[in-house]
Amino acid sequence: MNKLIKWGLPLAGLGVLAAGWWLGLAWAPPDREMGDVQRIMYVHVPLQWMAMVAMLLNFVAAVSYLLRGNASWKLDSTAESAAEVGLLLGTLGMVTGAIWGRPTWGVYWSWDPRLTSEAIMLVTYTGYLVLRRFVEDPDKRATWSAVVAILGAINLPIVWFSVRWWRSLHQVQSSPKTVDPQMVLPLRVSAIGLLLITIFFLITRYRLALAERQAEVALPDALPEASGSVVSNAHKVA
Amino acid sequence: MTPVARNRLIALGALLVAGVGLGFVAFGNIGENLVYYWSPAEMLAQGDKAYGATIRLGGVVQPGSIQWNAEHTTLHFRVANDAKEGTASVLVRSTETPPQMFRDKIGVVVEGTYDKSGVFSSNRLMVNHSNEYRAPKEGEDPNKWRETLTDGTTTASTGTGAR
Repeated sequence: MNKLIKWGLPLAGLGVLAAGWWLGLAWAPPDREMGDVQRIMYVHVPLQWMAMVAMLLNFVAAVSYLLRGNASWKLDSTAESAAEVGLLLGTLGMVTGAIWGRPTWGVYWSWDPRLTSEAIMLVTYTGYLVLRRFVEDPDKRATWSAVVAILGAINLPIVWFSVRWWRSLHQVQSSPKTVDPQMVLPLRVSAIGLLLITIFFLITRYRLALAERQAEVALPDALPEASGSVVSNAHKVA
Repeated sequence: MTPVARNRLIALGALLVAGVGLGFVAFGNIGENLVYYWSPAEMLAQGDKAYGATIRLGGVVQPGSIQWNAEHTTLHFRVANDAKEGTASVLVRSTETPPQMFRDKIGVVVEGTYDKSGVFSSNRLMVNHSNEYRAPKEGEDPNKWRETLTDGTTTASTGTGAR
């Protein structure tokens, strides 16, 4: 099982992603208006989808952590790993979006509702991760960061619906009705490939986070001969 | 209060704040005060208030209105509310090379100022794409088609100014 996750998952993900990108670059037709530039869609859109999935996971884990109330380090570690992976994917999504924007819109960046809310999202989760590094007490860190995660999640539906609620430079979501089938297939294959890689990242980062938490929390038990005052100190320092 | 109860209370509080905040954004009509661009009709309806301020104007390029002077690299075109005939439109002057997709009937957003002579001086021209992605039709080559369009526009309107 472990081997399957460590080797099987990334290899399968890379394989499916390679197939999706090959389909997108070599098999799918160019867009009739944008030409070959449109092919960056097979990179940009899966990145943003997966960033959204990771941020939603962060929200669910944060809410569950607070509602369970019994300091579940597994949920806290899930939240941390999801935010970190989501931030990476979202940043790459924004960069690829800017690269796509320059030849099509004429600009890398404009403060339209979609781009602005996306920028707020990245700043929020950067703040979330910074907060986690600043708080040393694992209990307080988990509780405070869960609150930030819940408040930050307000923005997720705003990012998604911004193109529908307000006028923007960014177009509204496409659907299989507005995209030719030869383009939908490479997009879906690429998204599945990136999903597998995202899951691999999440599991790997989650294990690291959980090991860190357990080391922090278990420190007093790891020092059985230490006196009581040192134990309580060790807990505080951890 | 036990830590469990405290954490649950925090969760409910945060969820409540998040829900109210989201509801405010979604249903609070902030879109009416915060618009990314004005349509030509909206800008013209502002009257004197539209003059001089830096604004964004958005709409579609009125068919047949593009005039590109290659010598002076000035571009004139009209931004209309929509592609139908007879809708409100504004004459735009730009000294920028337009993005590749710029052409008749495509959505544009221009940033600049509107003055009393009725010309919108743009210093930033953006083209927005629809959510449609289609394969080229039989015999169409998107890259070649773009080249011919640029050449055609250039030769058709050399030396012409504003209407």
